[in-house]
Order: sequence, then structure tokens, then C-alpha cells
Amino acid sequence: MFHAGDQIVPAVDVRAESLLFARGIHKRFGGVHALRGVDLVVGAAEVVALVGDNGAGKSTLVKTIAGAHQPDLGEIYFAGSPVHLTRPADSTRLGIATIYQDLALCDHLDVVANLFLGRERRRRPGVLDELDMETTTIDLLKGLSTNPPPPRALVGSLSGGQRQVVAIARALLADPKVVLLDEPTAALGVSQTHDVLNLIRLLRSQGRGVLLISHNLDDIFNVADRITVLRLGQNAAEFTVSECTREAVVHAITGADLPITRERTGI
Amino acid sequence: MTTGLLRPKNPEQASANRASRIADLVRANEHVPVLVSIAAIWAVFAAANDRFLTPGNLTNLTLQIVGVGAISVGVVFVLLLGEIDLSVGALSGFAAGLMAILNVHQGQPAWLAIVVAVVGGGLVGTLQGVVITTFRLPAFVVTLAGLLVWQGALLLLLGSSGTINLTDSIYLTLSSDFVGRPVGWAMAAAVIVVRAAVALRRRSARVDSGLAVESVKRFAGKQVAIAAAIVVAVAILSADRGIPISLVVLLVLVATGDLIVRRTRFGRYVMAVGSNIEAARRAGIRTDHIRVAVFAIAGAMAGAGGVLAASRLLAVNQGSGGSDLLLLAIAGPVIAGVSLFGARGSVWAALTGAVVIGSIANGMDLLSFSSSVKFMVTGVVLLVAVILDAISRSRTGTGNAR
Repeated sequence: MFHAGDQIVPAVDVRAESLLFARGIHKRFGGVHALRGVDLVVGAAEVVALVGDNGAGKSTLVKTIAGAHQPDLGEIYFAGSPVHLTRPADSTRLGIATIYQDLALCDHLDVVANLFLGRERRRRPGVLDELDMETTTIDLLKGLSTNPPPPRALVGSLSGGQRQVVAIARALLADPKVVLLDEPTAALGVSQTHDVLNLIRLLRSQGRGVLLISHNLDDIFNVADRITVLRLGQNAAEFTVSECTREAVVHAITGADLPITRERTGI
Repeated sequence: MTTGLLRPKNPEQASANRASRIADLVRANEHVPVLVSIAAIWAVFAAANDRFLTPGNLTNLTLQIVGVGAISVGVVFVLLLGEIDLSVGALSGFAAGLMAILNVHQGQPAWLAIVVAVVGGGLVGTLQGVVITTFRLPAFVVTLAGLLVWQGALLLLLGSSGTINLTDSIYLTLSSDFVGRPVGWAMAAAVIVVRAAVALRRRSARVDSGLAVESVKRFAGKQVAIAAAIVVAVAILSADRGIPISLVVLLVLVATGDLIVRRTRFGRYVMAVGSNIEAARRAGIRTDHIRVAVFAIAGAMAGAGGVLAASRLLAVNQGSGGSDLLLLAIAGPVIAGVSLFGARGSVWAALTGAVVIGSIANGMDLLSFSSSVKFMVTGVVLLVAVILDAISRSRTGTGNAR
């Protein structure tokens, strides 16, 4: 009940309306305070880069959102409602797909088998429907890459970029709303990096939110809309890519105390 | 001149082309290397002794390998998982001992005793799998303990007599009965027709869905080659006494195992666990269930192998399941291309591997070599096979050691 002259203060954080919103996340591992009240926002059709030096808490934050770690304190909102992620399956079910740096692929299985691993299509109970799975694989990969890997090639024989495409395609089968990518270009050459960045743009154009962990500022300035910088387990800065310089980002990462950093600090 | 371009310019290039054609062939079919080795071994023994390649001796060869071949079917599953089971030899003896006690001492029907041997083997395998997964122990150690336990259990079962003779006619059927010639040929024809029909239907379904298929020439060539192999095998066996019943049993076990690995979700999960257990776990596969099930299969197949081996001997004694049986049951599939590191190989390697090892033993026996030479030659063949496996793994980039 408001009276004239009362100042209206929003009771809810407007950021909670975003696709994915984490607020005040704390995580301790024994004596190590890895996350100290971190905030993170990822909107629909937005690529957010999560950067920070080693030990800044990037991986811990991602694993928390992926449901692999439980926060000691703090809330996570998904599509406006608070959620409890106690297992990786919880966040997968909500529509959060995580692609870890190791990709979690089976080298001895072919592309089709890897794509559908754990959710095989079957003709009869127990009997695989290879035809259906292969057709879907071809359609999916055609949409993702100009140079899609052959569906029956063993994943161990593919290039790093193609493996990345397979891992992303695997995540897309579940039609996720948010995709978390951990260092997707770390081991890739120039042209393969280019392909993966195009793939990230494609995910954005499909309306998905993308959280991109990367050390590579070239990639980030190429593809990201916003940059969230973590330092020592806290939010160090928040940038809009179109309005910032690399120097500012580097300073925020390293913690060099320059005026430009302070100016941009705070959300 | 375009034709000139296609013609090899020099001998070096020609041999390179030939090498790449052979490489293509090997890539096209994982069984080619072991079939080539079998041909080579047979050629050597045929040159050394003209009795080796006779229908009579080849029939004896099949009778000699069915026991170890059946055990190897289970071993292949365990190897695909990237694990090892050292208990299968002793377990086959224990299962045979159970069967003998039930049938001979307790007077139960022989068929029931056989079922108990196979199911009992499966239960023992399940128990070992549960111990391995529950306490997170290496399969190597748990099944090594199993080897000792089941060997002791067999001695306990046999008691002071040390030997139980099998007299029921079902054992004679399993060891020395043959499918009559007309029935044998009818079975061969049925297998050829059904195989080809299934392959053809699969191919045309792929064409209808717009998926890639091998060329008509290659497809037809493969079907004809398989049909010809079946016809030749049946002709050889028919020239002697016919197709051994025990061989039919082994072929059914191998073919079923192969279908499970290649066509079912369970088989897919076995390969996934063998390839990258962490990835399998993250994909939601209950990896411990898969592992326990595979050790259960290994136990059941050990039981089946024990039944076949005891039938051949028409007795169970203190040596049943002992000696080199375990080592040969593992060496066979490895020689035939199943990787020790998981996720690479075919269930058919249980058969082809047993043929390689059986041929060496059989041929050396004909040439009256002693066991010492037999062991050493088999050892060298095994070593060469794993070296070739290691080389091919580093070439294809599907090694586990990344």
C-alpha cells in the first residue's frame, strides 16, 4: 500500500527477470573462499563473457550454475523463478547446457553415438534406431557448421574444431535456453576458432543465452555482448563490449588500480 | 592424356597404391588382419604336414576350440569395458563341477544341471562385479581372488574322488554329435538368406532416408564373400562328419553377443564406459550397473564354456578350468584385435582368436612339438598382436592414452 509521496522501491531485483540470474553466490572449499558474493546475469539472445585470472572463481561459478556445486549462500533465478540446483540433471532439465573444456566425448564411438549418448532413440525396447539418429545428426550438424564431421566417423579421428561442434550439437539436442561454454577455443587453430565463434553467434541468433568462459580477449571482443570480470571470487567489473577498451578489461582482470576501472566498476 | 595420369608412373608408386588399397581393406573390415593371420598359420602348417588341412583335422580343430571360444565371448565384453576378468578359467571349472555334482551325485536331470552351471556362473560374475563397483577395487585383484576361490571351491566339490564322470547322453551330444548334412546345408542357406535380406533391407532403408551407403559393388562383394565363406566352411565340415553341435552352440553365443554389442543400447553403453567412463557418467549412464552386468555375462559365458569343455572330456576333474585355459581365453580375443584398453573390437574375435590359438596348438601337435614350443609360439603371436594393436591405435588416434 503506497501513499502519495512515498518513494517506490522495487521489492524485487529487476535482474531476476533475466533468463539466468545468480545473486550473492558464496562457495567455500574448506579454508578457501572461492566465491564471495558473486552476481551474474545472462539474458536471452545474449553472449556474456566470463573472464578473470586463474583462481578468480570462473570455473566454480559455472559448476554452480551447472548444478555440479551447491552454493553455500545466494540465489539462482531461471526465467524469473528461483531454482535449486542440487544435481547436474536439475540444471539440464531446466534448459542449462554445460560444455566443459574436456568435452566429455567418447573417442571410440562415432559422431551419431556421441550425440545421442544417454538418450538413444530406439525402435524396440533396447534396440537402437540408428537410421533416425543418423538423419537427425546430419540435419543438426548441417545447421551448425559449414564443414560438418561425417556422422559415422569416430570422434577420436576428428579435429579439435569438429569435436567442439559435436559437443555443442550434443548439448543442442536438448534444446537448451542457456549454454555454458568453458574455454571452447583454447586448443583450436585460427580457422577452427572462427567456426566456433560463428557457432556461438548462431546460438545467440536462435535466442539462446550463452555464457562464454575465455582467456582470449580477441574471441571475446569478436563475439560477446557483455563482459563480466571476476577477481578473487568477487565481481570486479562489468563491461558492454561496444563501449569499452581492451586495456580497461585487462586492468579489471589484473586488478591494476586505474581510474578507468573504477569508473566502469559496478553493475 | 587422362589415362596416363591414372597409370602408376613407377614401381614405387604402384606399390604405394597397393599398400593404400590394403590399408583401405583393413579399415573397411576389422576382421581382415586376423583372417590373414589364420590363412598364414594354416598355410605354414599345411606345408609342414599334409594332414593339417584335411576336413577331419579341421573338424577336430573346431571341437577343440568351442570351450575356450565360449569363455572368450564373455572375455570380449570385459575387454570392451577396458577391464579384465582373471576368474573365468577357474569359474568355468567350478560351474562344470556344480553341474557334475547336481547331475551325477544328486541325480538331477542333465539339462537342469547345465542351466545351473550357466546361471551359477552368471551369479558368481555378478557377485564379483558388485564387489568391484561397491568397494571401487581393480577388477584385476578381485577376479584374481576369484580365481583362487573358485579353484578351491571346485576341489571342495570334487572331494576325495577328484573326478566325476559324465554319462548322460546330452554331454555326448554336446561333444561329439553332428548336424546331419541336409540339415547343415539348410541351416547354412537360411543364415545366408536371412543375413543378406537384413543387410539389403538396412541398405535400402538408408537409401530411402538419403543416408550414405557403400557402393553396390562393395555391398554385393561383401555379401558374396560372407556367403562363400559359409559355404566353404560347411562344405569342409560336411566332407567329414558334419557341423558339430557344439560349434552351432558357440556360433549362436557369438552372434548373439555381437548383436548385443552393435545393435542394443546396452552394448552402446558398454562401449561408452570402455571409451570414456567419465563422459558416460555425465551422459547419465549408470556405469556401475553396466559394469556389473558385463561381469555377469563373463561369468555366465565361463559357465557355458565349462559345460562345453567338460562335455568334451566327459568328466570334471581337478584340472578342469585350470592350466592355460584362462590365458588362452584372454589371449584369443586380443590376438584377434580386441583392445585391452577398452571400446575396440568385435565379439567375433572370440571365435577368430580361438581359431588362431587352436590352429597353433593343433598344428604343433600334428608335428609332435612339445608343449614348451607351443607355449612359446603362442606367446610370440600374442606379443605381435598387441604390438600391432598399439601401432594401429596410435595411427587412428583413438588411443586411450591421450
